[in-house]
Amino acid sequence: MRTTFRTLTLLSAAALAVVSAVMPVAGQAPAYRAPRTADGKPNLNGIWQAISEADWDIEGHSAAPGRVLALGAEDAVVPGLGIVEGGPLPYLPAAATKRKANYDSRLTADPEIKCYLPGVPRGMYLAQPFQIIQSTKNIMMAFQYAGAIRTVYMADQTEAPADSWMGWSNGHWEGETLVVDTTGFNDLSWFDRSGNFHSDAMHVVERITAAGPDHLNWEATIDDKKVFSRPWKMSMTLYRRKEKGARLLEFRCVEFVEDLVYGHLRKAK
Amino acid sequence: MRHRALASFGVLVVGIAVTALATRGVAGQSPAAAKPAPAAPAAKKSTVPRTPDGQPDLQGYWTNSTYVPLERPNNVTKAAYTDQEFAAVVKNAAEREAEQTEPGTIADVHYDFTQFGLDRSQSAFVKSDLRTSMIVEPPNGKMPPLTTEGQKRAADRAAERRRMGATTDAVQNMPIGTRCIIMAGSGPPMMNSGYNSNYHIVQGAGYVMILVEMIHDARIIPIDGSRAPLPENMRQWMGDSRGHWDGDTLVVETTNINGKNPFRGSSEKMKITERFWRPDANTLGYRFTIDDPATWTTPWTAEAPMIKTVGPIFEHACHEGNYGVTNTLAGARLEDRKAAEAAAKKTSN
Repeated sequence: MRTTFRTLTLLSAAALAVVSAVMPVAGQAPAYRAPRTADGKPNLNGIWQAISEADWDIEGHSAAPGRVLALGAEDAVVPGLGIVEGGPLPYLPAAATKRKANYDSRLTADPEIKCYLPGVPRGMYLAQPFQIIQSTKNIMMAFQYAGAIRTVYMADQTEAPADSWMGWSNGHWEGETLVVDTTGFNDLSWFDRSGNFHSDAMHVVERITAAGPDHLNWEATIDDKKVFSRPWKMSMTLYRRKEKGARLLEFRCVEFVEDLVYGHLRKAK
Repeated sequence: MRHRALASFGVLVVGIAVTALATRGVAGQSPAAAKPAPAAPAAKKSTVPRTPDGQPDLQGYWTNSTYVPLERPNNVTKAAYTDQEFAAVVKNAAEREAEQTEPGTIADVHYDFTQFGLDRSQSAFVKSDLRTSMIVEPPNGKMPPLTTEGQKRAADRAAERRRMGATTDAVQNMPIGTRCIIMAGSGPPMMNSGYNSNYHIVQGAGYVMILVEMIHDARIIPIDGSRAPLPENMRQWMGDSRGHWDGDTLVVETTNINGKNPFRGSSEKMKITERFWRPDANTLGYRFTIDDPATWTTPWTAEAPMIKTVGPIFEHACHEGNYGVTNTLAGARLEDRKAAEAAAKKTSN
């Protein structure tokens, strides 16, 4: 009895796989089916990184002079097409003013300068890798930058108990796609080095789908009624770090910013 | 029938494991550092929970909060306290932990360590471990003698600290933890903190990740056995860890420590071998061996078991909220100015 049922299940799964391979949903490319974890979910484990200039500015931007004269071309803004769909960003009037003020003071006000946690979505497209560690109950995202962490609760889900830098993430699977719903943000992280920002009302929904063995499609919808007049989307590709022995290394940057943050309080010699 | 038999067997094995752990602690008898952890063989395959891909399941929320000191106190010769003696130890420790606020002396203190820290005396687990030291090898519960090199390094470090001046002179003079760089829980070895001694273990394909609540440090340990260590010149605060399963025990070896956060006087040549195992449903066995011939005359081994606790673990954004360093330094500079003004006044008088 059990055998029969299993056989039927396998047969129908196989049939479904054939059908979906032959007949892609109208207007979409044939879906890639990711390898499975032992519990049957798409396996997103790995070390991933965006190849993107979005941390300079999530919107399309040309090359520009840097912030620190002495750093010359090394600090110059690297041009990029941006990862925002549509545009420009739909800032409310007061928020547009604040964004400009952020831009003007970016050398001192950008949280990345002080080694603060990157927040979400910024952590996802920093020029440093992050690692997905996937279990049945939790999917961890560990970031090389500042050792930031996101815990995505796939089970035991609760509402955010308080505001935080990296937010509070609950996830679920929609077929091949990991959907991560994140709220509970503070209003301190930015989207990029150009002062794009959000409030503590931000709600981020990410959809992460394997596009091939070494690529993930990542897209996010940003909804923040205090800052933007409508929800907006961003999307990009995440690439697997494939080098032999690839691993996250320590970027424990607190030590590097201590004189910047506390230097004025050093005892006079 | 079959189920019942299995269940009884499980209870029996758990019982043996608990007894083994307790007995080892009480008697202070432990095998030599090189031998495998004795509890692991007792944990038969059928009793150790498994992940869907068949690994021993170490996952969940754990705490290593304890009053057991690393080294046996000088005035103590036995391996374990009686319940009565231990109650006194806990009482004294809890009083010390509450001391910093001196209730009633500062009008606006409404939130002291016994609340935000949930001091250790409030934990049932802390009260169950009667050992007088974490160190099980050497059997006297103390670290082995320092080598000549280790003694010289300790003296050099002390001299360097004196040269740098007071801890309030500059942030770099303050303890590493105060600066929110790294704390005791991260290790390795993973030691308890005064509070927030909590961990979340998650296992993904090829990796065991241990999230340390303090400073959201994640230890990401590869367990496929294929990874080569980092080159000699690449050094990290938490070093470079590699893991493998020895039966149902996770063995983790760490080298490439950067030496900026010495563990009890260790050098950057320190090699740490940790063992994690499941002696019973509520306990995560944890034992570590320190091998640092540049510092100690022999390797030494300690045990600091963890017990299940409840999650979730919240974000410990330590650096981002580090008003402590700012306020301490600002207060010291104010004192400097006052002293300078007083001196100037004295001169002009």
